[in-house]
Amino acid sequence: MGRTLAEKVWDDHVVRRAEGEPDLLYIDLHLLHEVTSPQAFDGLRKSDRTVRRTDLTLATEDHNTPTLDIDKPIADPVSRVQLETLRKNCADFGVRLHPLGDVEQGVVHVVGPQLGLTQPGTTVVCGDSHTSTHGAFGALAFGIGTSQVEHVLATQTLPMSPFRTMAITVNGELPEGVTAKDLILAVIARIGTGGGQGYVLEYRGEAIEKLSMEARMTICNMSIEAGARAGMIAPDETTFAYLRGREHAPQGEDWDAAVDYWRTLRTDADAVFDHEVVIEAGELAPFVTWGTNPGQGAPLSASVPDPASFEDAGERLAAEKALEYMGLSAGQPLREVAVDTVFVGSCTNGRIEDLRAAAEVLQGRRVADSIRMLVVPGSVRVSLEAVAEGLDKVFTAAGAEWRHAGCSMCLGMNPDQLAPGERSASTSNRNFEGRQGKGGRTHLVSPQVAAATAVLGHLAAPSDLSALSDATPAGV
Amino acid sequence: MEAFTTHTGRVVPLRRSNVDTDQIIPAHWLKKVTRDGFEDGLFEAWRKDPEFVLNQPAHSGATVLVAGSDFGTGSSREHAVWALQNYGFKAVISSRFADIFRGNSLKNGLLTVVLPPETVERLWELTEADPTVEVTVDLVERKVLAPGVDAAFELDENARWRLLEGLDDISLTLREADSIAEYEANRPVHKPRTQTV
Ligand code: SF4
Repeated sequence: MGRTLAEKVWDDHVVRRAEGEPDLLYIDLHLLHEVTSPQAFDGLRKSDRTVRRTDLTLATEDHNTPTLDIDKPIADPVSRVQLETLRKNCADFGVRLHPLGDVEQGVVHVVGPQLGLTQPGTTVVCGDSHTSTHGAFGALAFGIGTSQVEHVLATQTLPMSPFRTMAITVNGELPEGVTAKDLILAVIARIGTGGGQGYVLEYRGEAIEKLSMEARMTICNMSIEAGARAGMIAPDETTFAYLRGREHAPQGEDWDAAVDYWRTLRTDADAVFDHEVVIEAGELAPFVTWGTNPGQGAPLSASVPDPASFEDAGERLAAEKALEYMGLSAGQPLREVAVDTVFVGSCTNGRIEDLRAAAEVLQGRRVADSIRMLVVPGSVRVSLEAVAEGLDKVFTAAGAEWRHAGCSMCLGMNPDQLAPGERSASTSNRNFEGRQGKGGRTHLVSPQVAAATAVLGHLAAPSDLSALSDATPAGV
Repeated sequence: MEAFTTHTGRVVPLRRSNVDTDQIIPAHWLKKVTRDGFEDGLFEAWRKDPEFVLNQPAHSGATVLVAGSDFGTGSSREHAVWALQNYGFKAVISSRFADIFRGNSLKNGLLTVVLPPETVERLWELTEADPTVEVTVDLVERKVLAPGVDAAFELDENARWRLLEGLDDISLTLREADSIAEYEANRPVHKPRTQTV
């Protein structure tokens, strides 16, 4: 019988297989950041162990890093200690680190792909659930806990029990104005935050094949929000074109050998998935969340649902609690929800295409006076590229704040936070209670919806703007 | 890791589903660089409410958490497990756990037990009516016992063995050093490297 993409990559990494035991899997790339690694390095020290493969390990600073005044010492002493701990650990153990101020610094899931380190058919792990992002290249990439970080540092392997496989086939074409973010939010609303549990999701079908690498990363990034261990997309010409010439991509004969191998990384025609979901791209529309988990979303044109409309008692209770926390009432049109803050950034939507999309909407327009808009590039490279294209000027001319790279308001471990009761439209991936600051309320959106929302002051799509600018000249 | 065989204790009934790790331990606690001292951060936002179940004196000293489905979703932070353990929990019962959280808990000796929603409901009713009721989580027999409740649970044999013996994964894997070296010798040369060493 044929094998799925995930099964092929898995099989190629089995170091040892024994009846009744998890497989021992080899890890090709281990990414580290400051938050989930200190206790792992401590563990190594205590047991007198070393990092087995420093040449397969890379660290960046992202969660705690400030996005203003990066040349000054970090104000929060606890954040500073965490960054200093990472620097010391990397120096002691010989791990390559891109610290704050370095040109390769940025959100770990933006940095790996941009360096060409994330490649098809590799296994990638990081002490971070959004490691699923790297699956966009046909890598088997998954988040791990700190004990497992220590395990990979010490052995370059992980004992793992096989995942189940789920195909998410997206037929047809995404309508104009509908993005990868809308698609993945719709997928999560459909299968639920626990629907992917235990699975590797493989996104396939015409709509997926047409997506750029960056859009594919947005999709795979949020697989974890459906509870899945990983998301994958089979590598194709788009993948190869993205990788060719990148710093760590194979070169010369190695490139040819690699591409020959990468071409075999497709689910066989007779392979069987444990579960299949089919989505018609043509039926999708801009999508936003109204609740406090990423599965609580609806088309922008809809209204806040009535908790009573949920059949499942648990979902009903969750919806009631979510509306209470979010300060929303059933039946309120989503387009009428006014926000205070707009955040464009994160490993979901902080890449150059995302910034271009937001800038295109803002070009010649103004951010509403009631809105604070933060634009935070996913990495320093993205930032430099945006500046070279003049996007930073578009943002600042519109009244948005152009910031330094990092995780920033995605989780508010640095000073970029929502105040209690503040409401954001955010291109990040989690709308959990307090995620962006204590008492903060988050609506997850695409970069395009974020920008249109910034202009109008309430949740909106770019099409709402054109209707307006037909009546009044742009820029007024 | 401490071994887990069987544990008996009182319960905190947490009637919430989709308890994500941001609720279990908020991000600002993640700046700590140790594995201890997280107990005050556990459910920090909810504990501001005096009515919150963890704040009720009747449940103080409880060691078994019984929660709604999809417990531990979201971030991979192992700090969520440490926070529960630092607070004093030995076991968590739910009808469904998020994968990474479950893996993290078992690696730290916090037993996560999956029981059907009806049994979770029964445990909630029992312990809400009488907070002094004790529940036994028996890993040897793979059973949860309480007055009127005798529920078997599943756990894969390998994970169970590691918990019962309190075995450290890394030492076990290091016994396979030869297989790892052999695998490395055959890795394709086109695989990426972060630095030359
Ligand atoms: S951008 Fe957000 S989701 Fe991504 S790694 Fe940073 S904190 Fe995590």
